[in-house]
Amino acid sequence: MSGPTRDLPGPTSTVDTSAFGDRRHLLTVSDLERPEIEQLLDLTDTFVEVSNRAIPKVPALRGRTVVTLFFEDSTRTRLSFETAAKRLSADTMSFAVSSSSVNKGESVRDTIETIEAMGIDAVVVRHRSSGVPAQIAGWTSAAVVNAGDGWHQHPTQALLDAYTLRSHLGSLDGVRISVVGDIKHSRVARSDIEVFTKLGAEVTLVAPPTLLPPSTAPWDVRVSHDLDAVVGSTDVCYLLRMQHERMTEALVPTLREYTAHYGLTSARADRLPEGALIMHPGPMNRGVEIAGEVADRPNAVITEQVANGVAVRMAVLFLVLGPGRASGPKHDTLLNGAA
Amino acid sequence: MAADLVVAGGRVVDASGEREADVVVAGGRVVEVGPGLAAQHAGAQVLDASGCLVAPGLVDLHTHLREPGKEEAETVETGARAAALGGYTAVLAMPNTTPAMDCAAVVRQVLDLGRAAPCDVHASGAITVGRAGTALAPMAEMAELGVRVFTDDGTGVQDDRLMRRALEYSVGLGVTLAQHCEVSSLSEGTCMHEGEWSSRLGLPGQPAEAEELMVMRDIALARLTGARMHFLHLSTAGSVAMVAAAKAGGLPVSAEAAPHHFTLTDECCKDYDATFKVHPPLRTAADVAAVKAGLADGSVDAIATDHAPHPPEEKERPFDQAPPGMLGLEYALALAFTELVDGGAMTEADVLAALSWKPAAIAQMVDHGGPVEAGHAANLCVVDPAVRWTVDASGGASRSRNVPYVGRELRGRVRHTVLFGEPVVIGGEAQR
Repeated sequence: MSGPTRDLPGPTSTVDTSAFGDRRHLLTVSDLERPEIEQLLDLTDTFVEVSNRAIPKVPALRGRTVVTLFFEDSTRTRLSFETAAKRLSADTMSFAVSSSSVNKGESVRDTIETIEAMGIDAVVVRHRSSGVPAQIAGWTSAAVVNAGDGWHQHPTQALLDAYTLRSHLGSLDGVRISVVGDIKHSRVARSDIEVFTKLGAEVTLVAPPTLLPPSTAPWDVRVSHDLDAVVGSTDVCYLLRMQHERMTEALVPTLREYTAHYGLTSARADRLPEGALIMHPGPMNRGVEIAGEVADRPNAVITEQVANGVAVRMAVLFLVLGPGRASGPKHDTLLNGAA
Repeated sequence: MAADLVVAGGRVVDASGEREADVVVAGGRVVEVGPGLAAQHAGAQVLDASGCLVAPGLVDLHTHLREPGKEEAETVETGARAAALGGYTAVLAMPNTTPAMDCAAVVRQVLDLGRAAPCDVHASGAITVGRAGTALAPMAEMAELGVRVFTDDGTGVQDDRLMRRALEYSVGLGVTLAQHCEVSSLSEGTCMHEGEWSSRLGLPGQPAEAEELMVMRDIALARLTGARMHFLHLSTAGSVAMVAAAKAGGLPVSAEAAPHHFTLTDECCKDYDATFKVHPPLRTAADVAAVKAGLADGSVDAIATDHAPHPPEEKERPFDQAPPGMLGLEYALALAFTELVDGGAMTEADVLAALSWKPAAIAQMVDHGGPVEAGHAANLCVVDPAVRWTVDASGGASRSRNVPYVGRELRGRVRHTVLFGEPVVIGGEAQR
């Protein structure tokens, strides 16, 4: 199948996926233009509906094999991808480096070629080094989905964040989003900034200069070192995890000082405009970047982000592997009824 | 003495100027230079140099031959062959071998291996024991073997006091200290230039200042000690400016730049191909322009390759874990013609000066760098400046293939290389 629409189960019987062309990988959100992002979020609506069914499972990827290849531990992201794959009826394999030959000195290339030899259709990659998913895409014919690489990108996190925002706000056009905290070392920030701005949001980065990238020229953003000055004009306050090891790198003097100036304390949260949303990619350091009480307020949508993660990842896997993709069964046998 | 070899029909270029002339060689030395000499030496081997420049053999101040210790990447023999194919008759082997070239025994091993090689292999020596930066290496015993340049290349000597002592000690030996300028506290853990591209790619970068702070310190220490100081592979506009000012102030400093630093920018790292990872890192377009301008006005004396072979499996590691370095010996001359001459910055004669007689003088290599005159060693490079060729991924004669110029069209190719009278490259083919 090569047409611009694909049949899907549920209330939306067809979804326009024409903007995707024959994209085989999701390595970075830099590759995605606004129409692709919007179509992906539309498709996510369908999978949210699937996830709400009594039997939250469709046969769309029956017979396909999805491998999670995590060179860095991340139980929550791996579980989210594996749940997404299973709800699409794909077979899943999990490759965790702590129990693998990589610890015996095997190269990334040999690892991926070994796994590929078992017959796989997609590989979901997490690695502590920026760029590894892009390297892997050059060594395998499987679809590659980046589940986070170094400080570089975490595309599905940005997509689920955008989805969460869109479900509350309808549109991101003109929405004032403050991304607060350790931007420099954050793949989440690099991905969110691009997706949010592509969807029309006005993004402000709020951080001490030591936690900003050396240059912010690549992005269409404003920069502030004063959370108090921006909190009153923030529609979405997106807090990043503050890692303890940043203390030893002389980036901030103490966590206490960081919290005093850049934490979303109760007092600052009170100054957010009516209806403003609070987000966090998890895992949270309660009492550091976000006050424990603030994280539990009704306008904090942190657990929704997690829930939407599964549906967004279903959409991503469907797009890189679904009907019309090489070697799969015909789409018209797949798309209706539970598995 | 009957002539062994005549290099016929070319245009001789050396420090004394340019002229159409044949070069007659006997017993490893140039015996006569002048027009129309080939006909007078009917029994001699003739190398056709028509349409070519005939220059003193090129001299590389910065070659990693990897032997001993890393023979899977390069050996003295394979590196020397790559050098000969690139027009070089002499290379200065860097000391970051395993074990390091920090004593007479290891220096002697490298020199012995070099005797059989198709290029004249000179050894540098480490400044500090094991290049560890804590204790002075026995420089005098290495100087007795002919070592004239000392460096801890791969890292700079971080300790101010130790560097001061090394410079003072070097004065008594008549040798030059060469520094890889990089302040480790600013560069540790980094893998590219710090700037827009490192920000976008999410890779830890080192600022230009990591290099410039050490250039600044060493200029001050050269002033203090009166020692001769050579700056390896300058990569930033600030470094070039500081060296130019130091020279204007009369200090005995010299500097080199690598072909990749006048050809490539940090944008090359955008696909995470570690072929483009090197120390010092590829910088911005403004830095590239400053390096070119520094070579053009003589602030930077020499072009040196920093030829740094690494096997493919190491360059395929994640960008932040792959070793730094790229090949250069077979590409430097053509890159210089293409980027510097065709770019309008320099003449071909200026480029040959920066590739041959200027570096020969810095390293005190008396048999190299010309001039192409009777009585001098017959170390010659014959280059056809008109040939256009496209770089392939083979890596040439090197054991490694980390070539960052694949697919580039370059101008100028070595036709013959003559080493002490022996044609080690004829028609672009290595003879041994």
